[in-house]
Amino acid sequence: MKTCLVVDDSRVIRKVARRILENLQFEVIEANDGLEALNSCKEKMPSAILLDWNMPVMDGITFLRQLRKEDGGKAPVVVFCTTENDLAHITEALTEGASEYIMKPFDGEILEAKFSEVGLI
Amino acid sequence: MTNEDIDHLATMLKARSGLILGSDKTYLIESRLAPVARREGFASVSALLASLRTKRDEKLMTVVTDAMTTNETFFFRDKVPFDQFKSDVLPALSKTRMNGDIKIWCAACSTGQEPYSLAMLMDEARIQFPRVNLDILATDISDRCLEKAQSGLYTQFEVQRGLPITMMVKNFEKVDEMWRISPKLRQSIRFKKVNLLDDLRMVGRQDVIYCRNVLIYFDLETKKKVLEQMATLLADDGYLFLGAAETVLGITDVFKPMQGMRGLYVKNQVAQSTPLRKLA
Repeated sequence: MKTCLVVDDSRVIRKVARRILENLQFEVIEANDGLEALNSCKEKMPSAILLDWNMPVMDGITFLRQLRKEDGGKAPVVVFCTTENDLAHITEALTEGASEYIMKPFDGEILEAKFSEVGLI
Repeated sequence: MTNEDIDHLATMLKARSGLILGSDKTYLIESRLAPVARREGFASVSALLASLRTKRDEKLMTVVTDAMTTNETFFFRDKVPFDQFKSDVLPALSKTRMNGDIKIWCAACSTGQEPYSLAMLMDEARIQFPRVNLDILATDISDRCLEKAQSGLYTQFEVQRGLPITMMVKNFEKVDEMWRISPKLRQSIRFKKVNLLDDLRMVGRQDVIYCRNVLIYFDLETKKKVLEQMATLLADDGYLFLGAAETVLGITDVFKPMQGMRGLYVKNQVAQSTPLRKLA
């Protein structure tokens, strides 16, 4: 079973994402911010990461840069999922190694389509 | 709403758009026409239908037909018809079209996602096919859809359905809370109002026809008529794309399915040369 790490400081968003991802046969792990996510990845790299941008402690883009420097940190497929919806943010995310980008609000259909686009399902 | 009103609506829809209103469609009528009734100043959908029957107001008939037809679409819908275009159709036609022009007709383009997907796909395949020029004609029966298609403006929700983020970044710009497709792509497509029930000769010769998820709303006789008109417009070595749930089998023999290519059809040359077919 593939694992997906859901990184978002909103418990509600994590819960919504979990429900959708579990339906897509993912094992879901959660992290409240970038630092928590980084620690989780150091323990075990997930197949996919659904990543918010604005979070306390460590934001999404900083986490992504750190992740890519870790051992095995290039492997996880990263999909941003954020309210930041301007081209500057999207371009920066792609440059730092994100594969897809979801602009909130999102639903199951969008998440499934984006995951399918990057070959996760 | 009375049965008489529903029957009248069904007759009008079939005559104007080919749409077959199945039995027990009260819910569909109510949900599609409630906004129209409100906008046009009627107290209820029943009042709208009654007026439609007694007054025969052309403008009202158009907006009602518009609202009752289904416009569901998204970028790269079903994926397969676009993959097949790139892997098979484009290589084949690029070899035989000496001047590089390939004429494509999106026969029910709705809000434009299908023709724009083809234009973006061609842009990506430019290096492999430097000489090819897609001449895309996108038509629909709905003025409202065509207007939106031509504006090239999509909501955030729409640009996230089926469109890979890299293509969005490359081809769209943000305009307030909407996304607008580049002027270059908008100008590369000709949009035109065409009713598939009409004489289609003015559409002209085509190399590829996309007619997906339209025929399912027509009755057998209308499907046959539309397909046979399309066969006369399509080049002998051209291609027809139908929706995943559609077929020509049992309707007409002017097209035959391509082996191993779901939804893709070519002209049946043998049937083409049989003049008696016209009498059937």
